Amino acid sequence: MSTTTELVGRGARDGRRLFEGWFDDLTAAAEEGRPAAYTFVMGSLCEVLRSFDMPVVFPEIHSLQMAVRRVADEYLSEAEDRGFSPDVCGYVKADYALQLRGGEHPMGRIPKPSLAVLTNACNTYLKWGEIWERLYDTPVMTLDIPGTRRPVRIEGMGPGNGERDPDGQERDRRYVEGQIRELIGKCEEVTGRAFDVDRLREVMRLTNDMAESWRDLLALNRSRPAGFDAMLEGTIYLGVANVLRGTEEGAAYFRDLVEEMEHRTQAGVGALGGRTEERHRLLFVGVPCYPMFRRFYELFSEWGGVFVSSSYTWFASGGLDEPFAYDLDRPIESLAEGVLRSVRHATDSLMFQDRALIRAVDEFEADGVVYHPIKSCRTVSTGLAASRRAVLDARDVLCLYIESDMMDRRVVSEAQLKNRIDAFFEGLESRKRRSA
Amino acid sequence: MGTSETQRRDGDGTEPRAAETRGGAGSAGGGPGPALRLLDLPLDGDLDEIVRGCRELVEDTDFPTVRRWREAGGKVLGHFQVYFPEELAHAAGMLPVKVRGGSVERREADSHFGSYICSVLRTSLELALTGRLVPDLFVTHPICDAARNLAGIWTRNLDVPAEILYFPQNPNSAFSAEYLTAEYARVLSDIEEVAGRRVGEDDLRASIEVFDENRRRLRELYAIKRETPWKLPVDQAYVLMAVGGLVSREEHNELLRAVLPRIRARDARPQDRMRVVFEGGFCEQPPLDLLGAIAEFCYVVDDDLLIGLRWILEDVPTDGDPLEALATAYLESSSYSPVQHDLRKPKEAMLLERIRASDADAAIVAAAKMCEPGLDEQVAYSDALEEEGIPFFLTEFEEQMRNFNHLQIQLETFVENHLLFGDVAGGSEGDGAGRPATAAAR
Repeated sequence: MSTTTELVGRGARDGRRLFEGWFDDLTAAAEEGRPAAYTFVMGSLCEVLRSFDMPVVFPEIHSLQMAVRRVADEYLSEAEDRGFSPDVCGYVKADYALQLRGGEHPMGRIPKPSLAVLTNACNTYLKWGEIWERLYDTPVMTLDIPGTRRPVRIEGMGPGNGERDPDGQERDRRYVEGQIRELIGKCEEVTGRAFDVDRLREVMRLTNDMAESWRDLLALNRSRPAGFDAMLEGTIYLGVANVLRGTEEGAAYFRDLVEEMEHRTQAGVGALGGRTEERHRLLFVGVPCYPMFRRFYELFSEWGGVFVSSSYTWFASGGLDEPFAYDLDRPIESLAEGVLRSVRHATDSLMFQDRALIRAVDEFEADGVVYHPIKSCRTVSTGLAASRRAVLDARDVLCLYIESDMMDRRVVSEAQLKNRIDAFFEGLESRKRRSA
Repeated sequence: MGTSETQRRDGDGTEPRAAETRGGAGSAGGGPGPALRLLDLPLDGDLDEIVRGCRELVEDTDFPTVRRWREAGGKVLGHFQVYFPEELAHAAGMLPVKVRGGSVERREADSHFGSYICSVLRTSLELALTGRLVPDLFVTHPICDAARNLAGIWTRNLDVPAEILYFPQNPNSAFSAEYLTAEYARVLSDIEEVAGRRVGEDDLRASIEVFDENRRRLRELYAIKRETPWKLPVDQAYVLMAVGGLVSREEHNELLRAVLPRIRARDARPQDRMRVVFEGGFCEQPPLDLLGAIAEFCYVVDDDLLIGLRWILEDVPTDGDPLEALATAYLESSSYSPVQHDLRKPKEAMLLERIRASDADAAIVAAAKMCEPGLDEQVAYSDALEEEGIPFFLTEFEEQMRNFNHLQIQLETFVENHLLFGDVAGGSEGDGAGRPATAAAR
C-alpha cells in the first residue's frame, strides 16, 4: 500500500471511529448510572472535569448530530409542543426533548447531568443550564470569563481587541482562578473524590500537545491546494478536539492528522481529491447548515470551492488555535490564564472577527468569504452583516451572505441557497477570467 | 474586599479639586448641571397634562431633552438595556440616557443585521446612525447574545467610543463583588476620559443619594399601582417612570415629588378589572398603546417594565467605598430578570413572589419577538404558573406594533373567562400544554 493510500482519509476514518467511541462511552455511563458532567465548547473546563474522570457530555455536539442524522425535526417539534418558541436556539430545544426522552439519541444514550459547567461565552448556555436545574436540580457552575471590553477600530481593519489595561487582564485572570477553585470544590462534592493536581497536570499536558497539532493543522491549509475543507472536515476535527480534549487518544489523533496533512501538502492531494480542481479558496464564517450538511458542502465543492479556513475552527475549538501553552508548574493559575485567553479569543472571533478575517484573507490567499448566519444562534450571527461590510471595505474579495439554520429544516431552502451560491461562484469565475 | 481604584487614586494624593467633588451631574467641568431644565412641564399644572407631556417626551424619537442637554454643552452616556449604574455617569457630570430603541422606521440599521434579530437592537442603531441619539460614550452589556454584539457594530459604524460592561453571571461566586467593583472602576475611568474630569468618592456618594431618592419615589409609584391601581393605569405609570431615563435624576425626582401626592389624591373609583402582573418588559419596550389596551381590561399591579431603573431594591449605603456599595447592591439587593443568572433567584419563583406580593389574580407573560431570553423564560413561567393554578396570558410583541385589535379581543376573552367563570390555567380547552385556549396568544 502506498503512503498516499495509507494516509489520505485516515483522519476522517479515525475521527469517525473516535467519535462513535465517545458516544459508546456516554451510552455505557447512562446505562450504569454514572455521574456525567455537561459542558460547552467555549470554555469547557474539560481539564478539570477529566481530572475527576467524569464522562463529559457536550450538548452542542449531541444536538448537532441530531440534525446531521436528520432526526432533529422530531425533537424540535416535541420541544415546541412544550412551549418553546420556533425562534429560540435549536440546540437547546433538541436537547430539551432528548432529556424528556430519557437521553435517547440516534448515536446512543446520553446520561443525565450530575454537574453542569457553563461560561458566559454564550448567554444561551446560561438559559440551557437553567433547564437542567429545573428538570433535575442539577448543580450548575457558571464561570464568568470577561471578554474584550472596548473594541478599537483600526482604519481598514474593523474593530478588534483593544484592551489597554494589563492590570485588568491580571485582575480578570485572578477572578477566573477563584472560580476554577470553586469549581474544583464542586467536583469533589459531586464525585466524592479528592482533587489530584498531578492528574490535572497530565490532562493539561495532553491539551498542550493537542493544541500544538491543532495550530499546525490549521496553518498547513495555507498550501495550494488546501489539504482539507475547513467547513466539512474541519467540523469533524472540531468534534474530536472537543470531546477528546486532554486525552491520550485525542493528542495522538491530531499528531496523526498533521502527518496526513503534511503528506497531502507535499503530494499535492487537495481537499477535493482527484474529483475536482481547487478553483476558489474561501473562508467560512459561522456555523454550517447541518440539516443538509453534505449537500451544503457540495453546493460549494461542485464549483471547485474549498473552505481553506473557517471562523468555526477558531471560536469552537476551545481556544486551541490561540498561541498558548499551559505552564504545568503552576497548573491552576495557568489554567485560569488559558481559559481567559481561549474564551476571550472565541468571543472576539464572534464579535470582532473582522481583523482576523482580513488577516486570513491575506494568509490563506482567499478569493471569497462566505457568511452563514443562522436563526438559532445570535451569538454567532448578530454581527456578521456589519462584519461583511468591514471586510469588503478592506479587501478586494467577494462576499456571500446566506441565512439558514444549523438545526431547523423549516428555514433551510436548498433551492434558494443554490441560487445565491451559484451567483456567487459565477461572480468569482467572471473575476478570474477578467484577471487571467 | 479590595480597595477600589477611586480610593487608590485619592490615596495617591491626586484628590480631585473641591469644586469637582460636589454637586452631582454637571456641576463642574463646563457641563450644564442639574439646574438646566430639560422637562418643559408645568409641575403645578393639570396632572393629566403632565402625564401627556411625559408621554410625548417618551415617544419623541428626536430626544429633545437630550438635545437640549448637549446644546448646553453637556456630555451624554448612552447605555443599552437592562441596568447600568447611572451614578457613575451622573457623578462625572454626564447625562445617563437609557438606549432602548424606539418606534422609528428602519432605513439605515437593517443592513447591519441579519433577519433573526429583535427590533430594539435595530432601532437603537437606527437612532444613532440617523443622528437622533448619538451619545458621547455608549455602553452595552452581554444581556443576550445579540446585545453584546452592539459594541462591535457601533464601533464599526460610528465615531463613538463603545464598550461592554461585563456584569457577573456568576453572582454566586465569592469573588463576584470584588470583580464587579473593579469593573465599575474601569468603566468610571473611561467615563472620566470622555467627561474630561476626575470623579471622587464624594461625587459618587452625592450621586448615589440622588438615585436613592429616585428609586424611593419609583417604589412609591409602584406602591400606588399595587394599592390603588384605579388611580394609576399602567401606561401612565410607565411614562412617569420612563421619562427618568431622558432627564437628569434631580429633575425626575422633582417631577415625582410633584405628581405622586396628586395621584394618591385622585378621585377615581375601583372597577371590576383583573389584577395582573405584566412580565416581559425588561428590555424591548411594548408600545404604549399596547399597555393602554391592557389597561382597558386589567389593573397592572406590578411589572418588569424598564426594570433597570428599579433594579436596586434598597438604598445604597454611602458610608463606605461607593463603587463597592453599588456593586454589592447589584448583586445582593436587586430585582430579577431573564438576563441575569443567579442560582438564588430562580426566575419563575421570583415571578410567583411578584404575583403574591402584589396580590395579582393573573399574569401577562409577554416576550419581545426574537428575544431569546424572554422567549426561553416564557416556558418556565408558564410551567410554574400552571402548577400554581394562576391564570396567565402568553403573548409576543414588538415595539413597532401598530394594531392591537387581535390582542385586545384575546385579552378581553381571557379576562372575561376569569372574571365570569373563574377559568384558570389548565382549563378544559388546552393548547396541548395544558393551557386554556385563551392563554396561548402567540
